[in-house]
Amino acid sequence: MSKIVTRMGDGFTVERTEAELMKDIENGTREASERAKVPALSSDEMKHLFEICKTSHKIVGVEKGHEIVLSYDGGTNKVGRLGINTGRLQVLQMYERCFGADTTELSQVDYSYKAVKPIIHEDTPIMEQAQLLMVCPVFYGAMPNLGLYTQPDGPVPNPAELLPKGKIKEARQAYEQAIEHAVHDMVYVASAFYEAGADGINFDTVGASGDPDFKATLLATEILKKKYPNICIEMGMAGEFVLGMHGELTHDGVRLAGLYPHDQVRIAQKAGVTIFGPAITTATNKSIPWTVARAATYTKACVEVAKIPIHGNMGMGVGGLPVCETPPVDTVSMASKAMVELTRLDGL
Amino acid sequence: MAIVHAMASGMGGMRTSGDLVARMQMTRGMKIAEAKTYVANKLGVSLAELTDDAVMWELRRDLKLGVVYSKRGQPKGIEAKHHIAKTLDIDINSVNLFKGRSS
Repeated sequence: MSKIVTRMGDGFTVERTEAELMKDIENGTREASERAKVPALSSDEMKHLFEICKTSHKIVGVEKGHEIVLSYDGGTNKVGRLGINTGRLQVLQMYERCFGADTTELSQVDYSYKAVKPIIHEDTPIMEQAQLLMVCPVFYGAMPNLGLYTQPDGPVPNPAELLPKGKIKEARQAYEQAIEHAVHDMVYVASAFYEAGADGINFDTVGASGDPDFKATLLATEILKKKYPNICIEMGMAGEFVLGMHGELTHDGVRLAGLYPHDQVRIAQKAGVTIFGPAITTATNKSIPWTVARAATYTKACVEVAKIPIHGNMGMGVGGLPVCETPPVDTVSMASKAMVELTRLDGL
Repeated sequence: MAIVHAMASGMGGMRTSGDLVARMQMTRGMKIAEAKTYVANKLGVSLAELTDDAVMWELRRDLKLGVVYSKRGQPKGIEAKHHIAKTLDIDINSVNLFKGRSS
């Protein structure tokens, strides 16, 4: 029996028999199902994923009619990373006119709300110019990045230094202070860009600093929705599981630590988030079929409970994509098709 | 990677109606099926035609919604967005700001 060539989570190829490939899919969906206590993929869904993963085509795509909307994180930073010397307005136009983008995102190279604040007077005119120039919606995006508020980079004591000393109470207080600073900066920056014409605000990589990061973003969202009822807020997560760096933070009576995507979205939509982006991380020592099955299981449960559009994160190392600088086209297109067709996502 | 996703599962942006469907998610919080149906009804096309590059190029040109080529006399940027807001019956933040500042 001929073997199927697929890839591992690090991007390199690996061979599987049909039985091994199906076993990877079964194990991947079971892993997510047991962790998040959500249904595993059905037998038909696993067979569909099996057929998608079996393909030997260089590129595949969704069936006609199943196309979804694309939004981006770090939008205008990506072309500069290739060493192509362009201004951000040109990058936005490239996304709109060359890349087939449905939406675009203006961002600043540090990609953190704290870092944008001191240079906002330089950045908001770029948004104003972008709005004159662009037809596609233009988001402004950055990360809450609570790590920047801790010493030596920021004003509050560093929980990573306090915790090893057993100073748990002090570490929690430091996180609570960091939340206050982050909320202030996120609201300040998002307000300025919305008033400059932004079509939406993207809070990206939420939860990278655990439950305090998520808490800060929920609070900022509530303030912004009250201030600007029509504002569009996209919240993209950092991982499938909210880390309990503080451990006791709650929002509307719900403990944030330990929430999986289907619970994250419930609290996000209640806070006023318009578009939610679950992020499921990739295991480099597992195969891509295992990883996609796992990501699809978490994401499907999230889509099913969501009342708002869900844009799954599918960048390098999340959403079933391998962790490598140049994710192979066969794998990206296969994962793209599989995630959309299996989970009924509204976008990526 | 952005291009691969666009080719594999994206709506096609301004080549088709991707930006218009995106605006319905962003302004009305519509899920994908509802957003597509809304846009198709407003444009008077079928769901299949929403992602048909040939059909949508002509339609966008005729409705002045902006086309991907920079054509002489065709609305660009904020001008196209004025027509999009009117056609889809939605508020576009930058269009409202523009109107407010120019009146």
